[in-house]
Amino acid sequence: MIQAELNHKPDAETALSRDLFIKAYRLMLLARVLDDKLASLYRSGKIYGGCFLGRGQEALSVACGLSLRKGDVFAPMIRDAAGRLAFGETVLDALRTYLGSRLGPMRGREGNVHRGKPKEGLLSMISHLGAMIAVVNGVLFARRLKGITGTVGLASIGDGATSTGSFHEALNQAAVEKLPLVLVIANNQYAYSTPNSRQFACRSLADRGIGYGVQAVEVDGTDLSACLEVVGAAVGRARAGAGPQLVVAQLLRLCGHGEHDDASYIPDELKRSPVGRDCLATAGEQLCRFGWADADTLEAWRAETVRQVDEAVATVQREPPPDPAEEDWTALASRHLIEVFPEPVEPVNPPCAFDLP
Amino acid sequence: MSITYLEAIREAQARALAEDPRVFIYGQDVGAFGGAFKATKDLAKAFPGRVIDAPISEDAIIGLAVGAAIEGMRPIVEIQFADFSTTGFNQIVNQAATLFWRTLVPCPITIRLPSGGTVGSGAFHSQCMESVYAHYPGLIVMTPATVEDAYSMLLEAVAIDDPVIFCEHKYLYYHLKAEKLPTEALPAGKARIAREGRDMTIVTYGAMLHESLAVAEELATEGIEIEVVDLRTVKPIDTDTVLASVARTGRLLCVGEGWPWGGVTAEVVARVATEGFGLLDAPPQRLNAKDTPVPFHPNLWGAHRPTAHSIAVAARNLLRL
Repeated sequence: MIQAELNHKPDAETALSRDLFIKAYRLMLLARVLDDKLASLYRSGKIYGGCFLGRGQEALSVACGLSLRKGDVFAPMIRDAAGRLAFGETVLDALRTYLGSRLGPMRGREGNVHRGKPKEGLLSMISHLGAMIAVVNGVLFARRLKGITGTVGLASIGDGATSTGSFHEALNQAAVEKLPLVLVIANNQYAYSTPNSRQFACRSLADRGIGYGVQAVEVDGTDLSACLEVVGAAVGRARAGAGPQLVVAQLLRLCGHGEHDDASYIPDELKRSPVGRDCLATAGEQLCRFGWADADTLEAWRAETVRQVDEAVATVQREPPPDPAEEDWTALASRHLIEVFPEPVEPVNPPCAFDLP
Repeated sequence: MSITYLEAIREAQARALAEDPRVFIYGQDVGAFGGAFKATKDLAKAFPGRVIDAPISEDAIIGLAVGAAIEGMRPIVEIQFADFSTTGFNQIVNQAATLFWRTLVPCPITIRLPSGGTVGSGAFHSQCMESVYAHYPGLIVMTPATVEDAYSMLLEAVAIDDPVIFCEHKYLYYHLKAEKLPTEALPAGKARIAREGRDMTIVTYGAMLHESLAVAEELATEGIEIEVVDLRTVKPIDTDTVLASVARTGRLLCVGEGWPWGGVTAEVVARVATEGFGLLDAPPQRLNAKDTPVPFHPNLWGAHRPTAHSIAVAARNLLRL
């Protein structure tokens, strides 16, 4: 379980770990700044629908994205801004989806976290998140049929999704087929308002792996270097052919389920406990302690990141929204099978209007 | 030589596997065992590694097919009974059916649903799910009623770039025979005039086609000529062919084996009433199964679903209106 002191100190001797840590930190920072911006856009009424942040989950999320390579598959959860950015999603794609730009990957048809580019390995989630795991399995299964080796798929879910039937079916399926799936569970203690105690009764969600013959590991999700190491190793094992891997991270959601939720149900003592530690602030302190950055550097990075996000917002806010008149109102790829349903049509020559005396 | 409806389904799958390396079959007991109905008999041996047994996990089965489709494959999923597709329902209607709309990545999966009632099958091995799936945007729903259509429509389903719900009727598996496999076919989305007539139109599909044709045969001896339209595809519905038939006959009876609340028959009646009101000489009628789960005992089951007897009663009543 979580301990007060960080267990995994990065190896200060190697430039690689320093570079990776800094890269991860800056992506976490970008995700946090982007999330903060989205929250303020939400509060000012600029976002249709919900707004879901990854505050407190950036360390785990960025470790997922950075452990993957081009050609891998990533099915993020709703709090994976950091992982998405690390995997290659742009700030523009995130903003275009949230702000409903016609130029975004979802073109106004979907919003907020329901974005992706499946052909580039970034799957677009449906809200029934557990259902995404089997889709990752399918991509990996197809690749095996096609003789493609060496790629992995990572599905990211929360503690809540582990209670869905889809989770169990898909984890079992991956185990039966020995697929290179890495299933990462961000146990952020609450599924919306429901605490772990009302969600599951096993000692740890990592124990779920035993039942399926899947290797499972736990990690302190507030500790960036631990996340990089543990998630990276799990991805490496899957890539090497060791079959599906389960990673369970302990952390706390440092925000509501969505920005509509003040999360008043999370007790203060939990927020003050080690699990409630802010992974971004902790990673920043580590950077300074190891002599890899100082307070001025961190501030300069933040200022640069804020500028980058502000510019992207300004760009996207000038972009056109979707136009219903130009929308291709069909859900089918097979154009010859589209059904046309009658819609009310304004008469071409409306009846004459007379001025009443 | 003759070939059954079930054999035609097997032959279509064999041909799809032989002609397209992107095709594979995934489902419960489909491998060495050849499927609960033997629709994949010997295919695992003929196509090693491409006819694969799945755990009893309909949700994960459909989910895997969607992922494979994203990766460019054309999976055929066998759900052992249409009734069991409910446990994969979320993946069908929310994942597969929405994928193209959301991402512009096509989802060419074929989901075979052994459908409809047979003697003694009861509440959970007899259901007709076509109306449920037809309700959702993004799905094509086929209901082949002939050996020829079972073969040609399944091949077309595999070729279509959208998810196809292929409702093959279990009642027809062994009963229905043809001399040979077809070499040409009507395309999906086109209905077929199964029998020409001038006095009324029966619009139907699946196993009810044969009950309706029997009625047309019977009433022909009394000088009543019934035109029978086989919808073939219930999503999309070939409204033009239905309206053209009603224009000739002035009377419409729509027959389906599914439940009476809403569904395919209600949709056909609604379309004819809204788009062809002036063509009708009598109120359009429809006939469906009773509004209960499908009963087990043959006496009850025979009275639950429409049969040639009840269709004939409905047809005679309509002619008197």
